[in-house]
Amino acid sequence: MFDDFFIRALVAGIGVAFVTGPLGCFVIWRRLSYFGDTLAHSALLGVTLAFTMEFNIALSVFIISSLIALTLIQLQKRTNLPGDALLGLLAHSSLAVGLVVIGFLTFIRFDIMGLLFGDILAVTVDDLLIIWVGGAVILLILKLIWKPLFASTVNYELAEAEGLNPDRAKAIFTILMAAIIAISIKMVGLLLITGMLIIPAAMARNISSSPQRMVIYSIIGGLLSVILGLFTSLEFNTSSGPSIITAALFLFILSLFNIKQSIKLKN
Amino acid sequence: MNANQNILVKLKDAGFKINDKWLVQGVSLQVEKGKIVTLIGPNGSGKSTTAKIALGIYKKIEGEVEKYTNKIGYVPQKISIDWTLPLRVNDFMVLTESLKNEIIDEALSLTGVIHLKDKNLGDLSGGEFQRVLLARAISKKPDLLVLDEPVQGVDFTGEIALYELIKKISDELNCGILLISHDLHTVMSATDHVVCLNGHVCCSGTPMDVAKNNEYKALFGEQASQILSRYEHRHDHIHTDEGKIKKN
Repeated sequence: MFDDFFIRALVAGIGVAFVTGPLGCFVIWRRLSYFGDTLAHSALLGVTLAFTMEFNIALSVFIISSLIALTLIQLQKRTNLPGDALLGLLAHSSLAVGLVVIGFLTFIRFDIMGLLFGDILAVTVDDLLIIWVGGAVILLILKLIWKPLFASTVNYELAEAEGLNPDRAKAIFTILMAAIIAISIKMVGLLLITGMLIIPAAMARNISSSPQRMVIYSIIGGLLSVILGLFTSLEFNTSSGPSIITAALFLFILSLFNIKQSIKLKN
Repeated sequence: MNANQNILVKLKDAGFKINDKWLVQGVSLQVEKGKIVTLIGPNGSGKSTTAKIALGIYKKIEGEVEKYTNKIGYVPQKISIDWTLPLRVNDFMVLTESLKNEIIDEALSLTGVIHLKDKNLGDLSGGEFQRVLLARAISKKPDLLVLDEPVQGVDFTGEIALYELIKKISDELNCGILLISHDLHTVMSATDHVVCLNGHVCCSGTPMDVAKNNEYKALFGEQASQILSRYEHRHDHIHTDEGKIKKN
């Protein structure tokens, strides 16, 4: 069944969308889109490492992204630089180092475009396994930490006062972010992963009145984007990442009309 | 362990500082089941800080905090909620604990905001939001309620009714309450123990004790002292079953 590369890509993309939907909502609520970007940029370093040491790409990316996240937390504690400067510093330096290392790896044929923007041809049956098993684990953990994570997103002190341990939830969520980047890098490409996280969630925000609905709409938006994007990619021979993100943008624009309508109804 | 089984939270010589500036220092107090402890004091005297020490929000503190319960309801003085979240009153009620629908309805009815259940939290007025905050804190039937100016922005009649409600909840649930308030009149009738803060504990005891204290008089003025002492004789109303007040 998974012989056809396109079926593989579709199954992989659907798996990714199920996970980016809920995580993307938290990225928007907690204002973490630049944090997501930073982790995604650092993923390049993870990929190059995986090639040099002949190691599993997803695992390597996961480890490097987690390390970058930890580094960020330490830097925040030890320096007086503002958060966005630290994020920029880590994002661009890890991207730069990754590119420099690639320059040295002349013995490996490297599809850098595929890495940056996603390549549906590259999705193997093993990748499907990583996406679906990894994705299921991410969703399970997110469900377990949902209460403290959501409560502290609304108000940290309430969550802390009422015994929910928000710091632990936040640390676990950071690891989940690294994990989703690791499993979705082949599909969307490292430059566009944050788009996959925030655009469907932003679309969902426009049309939902409760957090649960926003999560559900975000998943649906992600699924539609993947399906639409991949068919476009196949039809016009475009990179999978940009095609998926463009489809997501299209849905976001549609959701804007819904707002206008509801405002009109109110008046 | 806990020698006195009724103690819910106990502060021993507790203090907290930010950047070498003490917000509050040397506070000792305890809240017991069924008792209302009220913190009073001028602005910046460390009332909210003391509450946050008791709640465990501030961790790097001086002195000791012993907490004997995790079933806590908290109404903070200031709450900033990010409106990037689509959040209805109903969602907010189950923020820290999942509750049955009837329990949510009951709590919202008690504070008089049941009609707002499906409204977006961002669309509420200050007083309405304050009532929702109180409803959320009591709905989980906590052992300890920490109320930091719980009726700010609530209209005058509502204020009295809410204080009566707080007193009633304390009796019914047998929970301890740590209350912060500026309103000496309304609070003192129900309070078991008053702690007067001014960066440190300036005096404490029953409302009568505190009213007689010279430091208290210096801090609040003679008039405030009269309010407190007069209060003992002000029983011009009775309480009906619904927790409402009926004038004699």
